Amino acid sequence: MAKIILEMKNITKTFPGVKALDNVNFQVEEGEIHALVGENGAGKSTLMNVLSGIYPYGTYEGDIVYEGEVCKFHKIKDSESKGIVIIHQELALVPEMTIGENMYLGNEIGRKSAIDWDKTYSEADKYLKMVGLTESSKTKVKEIGTGKQQLVEIAKALSKHARLLILDEPTSSLNEEDSKALLDLMLGFKKQGMTMIIITHKLNEVAYVSDKITVVRDGSTIETLDCHGAEQISEDRIIKGMVGREMTNRFPKRENVAIGDVMMEVSNWTVQHPKYTERNVVNDVSMYVRKGEVVGIYGLMGAGRTELAMSIFGQSYGTLLSGTLKLDGKEVRLKKTPLDAIKHKIAYVTEDRKGNGLVLSQSIRVNTTLANLGGVSKNTVLDTDAEYAAAEEYRKKLNTKTPSVEQLVGNLSGGNQQKVLLAKWMFAEPDVLILDEPTRGIDVGAKYEIYCIINDLAKAGKSVIMISSELPEVIGMSDRIYIMNASRIVGEMKAEEATQENIMSMILASGRGD
Amino acid sequence: MKKDVKTLLKDNTMLIVLVLVFVFFTITTKGMMFQPMQFNALITQNAYVFILSCGMLMCMLTGGNIDLSCGSFVCLIGAIGGYLMIIKGMNTGVSIALLLLVGVVYGCVLGYLVAYVDIPPWIATLAGYLAFRGLGTQILSSNSSTGSLAPFPQSFLDIFAGKVFSTKLGELNMPCMIVGIVACLLVVFLNFRSRAARLKKGYEADSFAWMLGKTVLLDAVILLFTWKLAMSGGIPTVLIWVAVIVLFYSFITGKTTIGRHFYVVGGNREAARLSGIDTRRVMFLAYLNMAIITVITSFAVLSKVQAANSTLGTNYEMDAISACVVGGVSAYGGAGTVPGMLVGALLIGVINLGMSLMGVDANFQKVVKGIVLLGAVAFDIISKKKSK
Repeated sequence: MAKIILEMKNITKTFPGVKALDNVNFQVEEGEIHALVGENGAGKSTLMNVLSGIYPYGTYEGDIVYEGEVCKFHKIKDSESKGIVIIHQELALVPEMTIGENMYLGNEIGRKSAIDWDKTYSEADKYLKMVGLTESSKTKVKEIGTGKQQLVEIAKALSKHARLLILDEPTSSLNEEDSKALLDLMLGFKKQGMTMIIITHKLNEVAYVSDKITVVRDGSTIETLDCHGAEQISEDRIIKGMVGREMTNRFPKRENVAIGDVMMEVSNWTVQHPKYTERNVVNDVSMYVRKGEVVGIYGLMGAGRTELAMSIFGQSYGTLLSGTLKLDGKEVRLKKTPLDAIKHKIAYVTEDRKGNGLVLSQSIRVNTTLANLGGVSKNTVLDTDAEYAAAEEYRKKLNTKTPSVEQLVGNLSGGNQQKVLLAKWMFAEPDVLILDEPTRGIDVGAKYEIYCIINDLAKAGKSVIMISSELPEVIGMSDRIYIMNASRIVGEMKAEEATQENIMSMILASGRGD
Repeated sequence: MKKDVKTLLKDNTMLIVLVLVFVFFTITTKGMMFQPMQFNALITQNAYVFILSCGMLMCMLTGGNIDLSCGSFVCLIGAIGGYLMIIKGMNTGVSIALLLLVGVVYGCVLGYLVAYVDIPPWIATLAGYLAFRGLGTQILSSNSSTGSLAPFPQSFLDIFAGKVFSTKLGELNMPCMIVGIVACLLVVFLNFRSRAARLKKGYEADSFAWMLGKTVLLDAVILLFTWKLAMSGGIPTVLIWVAVIVLFYSFITGKTTIGRHFYVVGGNREAARLSGIDTRRVMFLAYLNMAIITVITSFAVLSKVQAANSTLGTNYEMDAISACVVGGVSAYGGAGTVPGMLVGALLIGVINLGMSLMGVDANFQKVVKGIVLLGAVAFDIISKKKSK
């Protein structure tokens, strides 16, 4: 039996209000490719961030044992000096710099006062060759494609003398061909004795490269499967581990709501990426939602769900290439502004409440009325008393916990911020609400309350589209579910028919089909 | 809502500093600072800061954006104004309209570049900073052997300078007293009415004692100023302009939807956009407004110095930015009020005046102003970090 190179023992990591990792144990043998799989938010990336020192020693509990010694990493450099190098999902390259400059960023070769550029570039070229890149290291990063940029990241890792390489979703932005090349490269490194951990959603890739698979769920490691063992590991077997949690009473029952006519319908909706015009982020999507209906859109991160939602919402993302939008049976052409969507009674409740949902430096009152200032003003003169009353009404309705509606939103907990965000859009009185990950990063109690609000909205005859990466949530809350993968809708089913297994396998089947 | 002493002090730090600094100078100048003349000077010498800062405030609210060109633009407007009114002898009203038109044109161009072409404001306005003073100086030197145009017609000076119902120094000016007392009564009336309205609708309102205290303090300050100004010959005309402009911007920022848009764009531009706010239009308006305000500032300054020359408006942009920042306007945007900015402008004005009265060296005065500016921002940022 090969020797254990890394052992993470009883790792627990808490963020304010959330336990991201709960007593995790994880072992990696020398020279293997170990896959970490799990749903979004299961804790895979957090675990790797603990390992690489991004969350420094002391901010978590438990021990990291690497090559037989307990490690206390205080920063990324500490772990890198031991040969543990992480390549993040989002590429961390500076586009305006050359490949060579990027590779040695923060690790410059030379004396203290001056960089030895000749050596930098010749060293860089050496590592580029190892990953199969023929570009000169003097090429600017912005001039090469994403696939090659990913290889540059790997070359950069090699230049740091990596012995344990962690790849966080390395193929998420790559096409089929580039992905295959990257996986083959990994297999090549393995032959040379490198140990690797790969985080991925693509189970076919897992099957292709890995020796062992560890399944993470809800902040715990569930099981480790040996791919070379007696039992053949099927994808179903992995999926079962990923989603196999019990679903009891996590979702409030919706009273029987009469589902009405089709409220909103999009057909053949195709949207182009705002920068990379050769990429369609939404491809020929057709879907509809009825009055009083909750429609779930499930898909993994990067499937194009948010892009679809935002493009419907006044083309606030990307460029619409083709497609029609019908509201209440009539075709409408929205101007390219969110304001026009709001006027047509569509609301988009963002997944990123801090980034583009709320104004954290302003009060609950100000945030609540933001999307409908006309509702609290006369001839553009604000009636602050009416505004206060509106904010107060929604505070009570949604049970937002705060001493006063004059409290700054930045001081609230995630769950309460989410309620303010919902309040803002409910106050805009839309007919169609698109909720993007409405329960991300909030605790179980607050989730339940948000679910109740969603049910109330449906009961009031609103059409609700709920985008979520949590399968149980989608199944538990929706009347009907669309499954999205790789910019397309790949399936539709009634909630009664849906199981976590058949949704997952639908995605996996579509991923390999083309 | 209960307000304890600590938050009370924290919310009004700059106001308290202002009072302390004023007392300090009154003592060190052996009471000179407290004389009627100085109250008059405080207003007439700093009128340009009060006006210009209203425009700068709106720019800064949108995300810490500034206008570096306004000082040079004052110089250019002065030169054009001098050319029209003095060289060409054009009618005052027509000249004023033309100058405002120049402001609108510049504002539209600048606003377009900043809002729709996405040129960073400080670069877009740096161009004006360089170009306008050159252009202004060129106009002046080609129309006057001394590089200075004067005198402006009396009809122009009367609109912005001088005193209303002027009386002799040391004599109590009755119109001034009446205006002051009416203002005091108005404050009392408005405060009581808004509190009563809130209570009637069942909303939160300040406690009676708290509101009474606030009203009495504000009235006391108004009365003090009224009395001092009445003793120094009456209300400076420019004060009326300042008051109208300041009240207007207080209303815009505090009470209108467009004012709210400025705060929200500065607080979170993406959130504002996705809430249906036209963020580009807000940026455009900020710079259009700034240009118009700059023209009005030029009028006030021209009528005070009564001549246009090449150094007119030097460092005005810095004075306005300083007043905003010292007055608690966030350097990152999204926060700041007109009253806060006023306190900041007054504080800098008091320091300037006090040091001049003390006979402090002009170079050293600049050092002190620099330290005050840095101190105010550092204080602002540190106190925000602590409260988190």
